[in-house]
Amino acid sequence: MTAANSPKVEFTFNGQPLQAKEGQSIAAGLMSNGILAWRLTRKSAQPRGVFCGIGVCFDCLVKVDGLTNQRACLIQITEGMDVVGETTDEGPAR
Amino acid sequence: MRAELSDVLVVGAGPAGLSAAVAAADAGARVTVVDSGQQIGGQFWRHAVEQNSESQEQPDGRGHHNWGHFLNLRSRFNQHRAQKRIRFLPGQQVWMVERGPDQLFIAHCTPTQWQGQHGGTVLSAERLVLCTGGYDRQLPIPGWDLPGVMAAGGVQGYIKANGVLPGRQFVIAGTGPFLLSVAANIAAAGGKVKAVLEAKAVTDWLPHLVAASGVPGKALEGVEYASTFLRHRIPYKTRSVITNISNDVEAKTITWAKVDRAGALVPDSGGTYENIDIVGLGWGFTPLLELAVSLGVETRVDVDGSLVGIVDDRQESSVPGLYLAGEITGVGGATLAQVEGHAAGSAAGGGPGLSWGAKAQRRRHRRFARAMHTVHPIPERWQDWVRPDTLLCRCEEVTFAQAQEAREELGATDSRSLKSFARVGMGWCQGKVCGLAASCLSAGIGQDPDSESLSSVLKRPLAVPVPLTELAMLAPGEELTGLGSDSNDTTFEHLNSRLDASQE
Repeated sequence: MTAANSPKVEFTFNGQPLQAKEGQSIAAGLMSNGILAWRLTRKSAQPRGVFCGIGVCFDCLVKVDGLTNQRACLIQITEGMDVVGETTDEGPAR
Repeated sequence: MRAELSDVLVVGAGPAGLSAAVAAADAGARVTVVDSGQQIGGQFWRHAVEQNSESQEQPDGRGHHNWGHFLNLRSRFNQHRAQKRIRFLPGQQVWMVERGPDQLFIAHCTPTQWQGQHGGTVLSAERLVLCTGGYDRQLPIPGWDLPGVMAAGGVQGYIKANGVLPGRQFVIAGTGPFLLSVAANIAAAGGKVKAVLEAKAVTDWLPHLVAASGVPGKALEGVEYASTFLRHRIPYKTRSVITNISNDVEAKTITWAKVDRAGALVPDSGGTYENIDIVGLGWGFTPLLELAVSLGVETRVDVDGSLVGIVDDRQESSVPGLYLAGEITGVGGATLAQVEGHAAGSAAGGGPGLSWGAKAQRRRHRRFARAMHTVHPIPERWQDWVRPDTLLCRCEEVTFAQAQEAREELGATDSRSLKSFARVGMGWCQGKVCGLAASCLSAGIGQDPDSESLSSVLKRPLAVPVPLTELAMLAPGEELTGLGSDSNDTTFEHLNSRLDASQE
């Protein structure tokens, strides 16, 4: 698919430095790093990640550079972006 | 009226919207196009973000269909932009359209990516063309709320937008020809599709071959998929459904079973697929119809059970000056969307009607779409494979059992009551994902939901969630009206001055 040497961007997820390919969405950046969930549901604290992938379901919400309720499937990662998701007591939402 | 308003506002820049914008501009109209995405293409032509959308250099079309059409439209679109006949506003979502003085359409937009302060805009035009497209329909499946379970369209959009796969091993399930397209895209990108599970039987096709053969391109596509499946050895199982997705997120076990013609489970059938990280689910498509419904267009239930907008030969809806094109008049694919978009844009821009050839093409594609959808309706007995603790409404975490209780004990026999009594559809997505299942469940087993129930899921004053700051920016004295023909001059002057400001 994309060339192995395509430009990378550095970002952080819950303070942890990660790398993604330039132009990827936050969802793709997280999933490429093995993170499939980054939000906990309000009632039962169940982990959620991407579902519809086109911005209509609002499952993939994440905090971006301090602003909440952003759809990870729609937003491109920029250099130095600070992405914050929700965790359970056991660690990051899986 | 001081501000320079557009003649035509086009909402959506996918196949239909692009075609509409170009046709309207060709006819000499001043056009504004707004799209929630960062660039043109919509979902069908979703591709990696172009660093410069107006560059001559053409974006890569690998994995895309009809890429030549897209490049042609893109080039003409950009020419019109350069000559200021088209103004393109990416990254904005229309959350409400109201009517102003002289029946102007006034569209309120909010940024797709909230930047922390007021960033929305107000667009106004004499004629409105809605090309808002569609999205995957869903039915609940035990375990469908696990991370890594996605809409089939979401998997495909992810691959198109990001140039990578969301995982390694896939099972694709549901109904409809689109599942083939998703599986083929995954395989072409190097992913392993362990199976495609189609709930209906493809032999149901036979009575519809005549309609299908009217569109030669579709036959070629079919051959293409068949050879892709053979080459990658993807099992395509018909009359098969997923009955459970187990809860190891990275190594899911997918349990599947055979179903009969009505969708009832066949005992002691099926098996499992192990080690699956991504599941793609889709049961056809349904239009994004909120804006059209809020403006009062007449709708009907299409052969696939989706609510769609009604248009005449020139793609005009029951509301004068309001045109609809693409999936929202009936799901039918990208070529039909382009023909409809061209017709709508030309009509809105005061240009000529479709040529005889184009009209014939539109008829053929509509006939094909009807044939396809009659083969792949929602299985009657879908509730057979749902468990009491399976989520019906993902946003509000309402289980199937809770929804059934609301129906049986509280009398919620339509989607609106189900929402009031059990919160189904009250969350972020406002029923976009659960609306079909909720309507089917409240109607009862074997009953099709009526258009009233389906459209009530779509009736809401805000088409998408909007930050309070955007609402607060509405001028004092301005009301959130659906058909606001009682807006006074003072109100409109406020809109004008904001329009001037937003046009820099």
